[in-house]
Amino acid sequence: MSAAEDVVPTDQEGQAVEAVPKRAMTLGTGTSLVVLALLILTPLVVKSFVTFQMTQLLVYGLAVLALNILTGGSGQFSLGQSAFYAIGAYASAILIEQFNVNYALTIPVAGVLCFAVGFLFGQPALRLSGVYLALATFALATAMPQLLKLNFIEPWTGGVQGLVVDKPDAPFGLPMSQDTWLYYFTLAITIAVYVASVNLLRSRSGRALMAIRDNEIAASAMGVNVALYKTLAFGVSAGITGVAGALGAIVVQFVAPDSFTITLAIQLFLGMVVGGVGWLPGSFVGAAFIIFVPNMAESVSKGLSGAVFGVLLFLVIYLVPHGARQVAIASQQLIGKFRK
Amino acid sequence: MELFTNQILAGISTGAIYACMALAVVMIYQAIDHLNFAQGEMAMFSTFISWQLMQWGIPYWWAFLATVAISFVAGIAIERILFKPLAKAPILTNVAGFIALFSIINSCAGLIWDFTIKQYPTPFGSAPFLGSQLISTHQAGMIGVTVLLLIGLYFFFQYTRIGLAMRAAASLPESARLVGINTSWMIALGWGMAAAIGAVAGILIAPVVFLEPNMMGGVLVYGFAAAVLGGLTSPLGAVIGGFLVGIMENLAGTYIPGVGNELKLPIALAVIVSVLVVKPAGLFGRPIVKRV
Repeated sequence: MSAAEDVVPTDQEGQAVEAVPKRAMTLGTGTSLVVLALLILTPLVVKSFVTFQMTQLLVYGLAVLALNILTGGSGQFSLGQSAFYAIGAYASAILIEQFNVNYALTIPVAGVLCFAVGFLFGQPALRLSGVYLALATFALATAMPQLLKLNFIEPWTGGVQGLVVDKPDAPFGLPMSQDTWLYYFTLAITIAVYVASVNLLRSRSGRALMAIRDNEIAASAMGVNVALYKTLAFGVSAGITGVAGALGAIVVQFVAPDSFTITLAIQLFLGMVVGGVGWLPGSFVGAAFIIFVPNMAESVSKGLSGAVFGVLLFLVIYLVPHGARQVAIASQQLIGKFRK
Repeated sequence: MELFTNQILAGISTGAIYACMALAVVMIYQAIDHLNFAQGEMAMFSTFISWQLMQWGIPYWWAFLATVAISFVAGIAIERILFKPLAKAPILTNVAGFIALFSIINSCAGLIWDFTIKQYPTPFGSAPFLGSQLISTHQAGMIGVTVLLLIGLYFFFQYTRIGLAMRAAASLPESARLVGINTSWMIALGWGMAAAIGAVAGILIAPVVFLEPNMMGGVLVYGFAAAVLGGLTSPLGAVIGGFLVGIMENLAGTYIPGVGNELKLPIALAVIVSVLVVKPAGLFGRPIVKRV
């Protein structure tokens, strides 16, 4: 349990994203193993609908993680994640349905494609920061559903109706349901991406990103290629979002332009804030929030579900303005005291 | 050529709506340094209040004044109750708070007044203005009110002590505090003024887009875009940005082949983004110089 003991939430003025030391971005080994064991064992005891929801949680978790790398890592803000998610989802769906590619192979394709798109989009975005960058990415997010509806790509995309994707069976005759198999498939990819992201942030490149986040001018004075790393952050974030989108398409078995509106981007943003900006494990806590809380709000009151959701969100940000990360830090300090 | 001038006129008249909204956006940005995502919903709620007052038989202009006053107080109350506790929280947490506020207001308005579309009266009439079919007297009146509002704001910020104090609190909070300005209340005042301007914008827009809880969705996007295009630090820029966005949107819809109603927004936004790439602080904004 060596995770986040040295984090003191600092109040730096004029800085959109507070500085998070890289050690504080992950969980300790012990905790990670416990969480992993829980994730592997859960589908054995719960109903298949819960398994399906857990799969969705992992998918959204990946997308929030991607935003977290961009915002928490390099300090850039994006409201355009839904666009990359859409590209990933469509890439996967089109390859599976129109070209009969195996579903597992479509995921790296979606990732690479989105990396390229994100990297290119990062170029003009370089000159913008703060709200201006938010607007540029927002433009991308609002344009995407309209672009997907364009007539001349309709033979591939299915236009407004979208595409239905077949659910894959478990391979090698494994005795498990389709839902359970998809869960483990998603879990395996999630773990791979998570470990890669943690390592990325611990590497030289990760330190370069954080240097840019904390002070761009100082970073460039130290020899960090600011333009390159900022666009790379965009690319990596888009790539991971694309992987999440591809998984999402396979899990939900359906893609349509209107599932990828700005609402999705806002949800991912909320997930990041609730999980704690810059704390990678928090991404999954945030994903749980954006999947389960709206349902909870709906069950409290149908007519006022939006209001209930808003009130719950307010409660969360009042209690823990730094998100789930703050809870983790607090519990760590508590355990530390207990040990002494 | 006639088509061109007509499209420009039509653009100006829709632009007036965006200009109103952009002005409210800039106001609150000046006061609190964030974009308030709930701005449109606050304006929508104010418009509903004025509609309700009129339903109770209060004449238009009295309802108008009452709504502006109520909105001003409500804006201050929202800041004091909901956002003051978040003053020390990270910026992104504040943004999440705006989204929560958005959701609450939208849902409550839907419950109180339901989601059916309502007609909204206009004091200016809807006859063609100066013989042009494209711009009605209402839209001309709307442009007039926006311009008046802008002039009023200009004098407020430039020539009153409290306007000066608000500008100081927004640009250098710590120094402002040192010379004795109550910066916390300046922020509340900014919220109140933004809510009041939002109410004016909502009341002017409602006859055009009709009254319903989601009426501001599209308008707010354009309002943000206009504010950012004009430069978030400049009220004049916001108004000009609003007109430019309206004109661009209409011209793109008319002259670029294959662009229907659906692609108007993406194209307008793409143009704005390209302007921003050349001028990152917007057309009229001051670039902010940061110390290392």
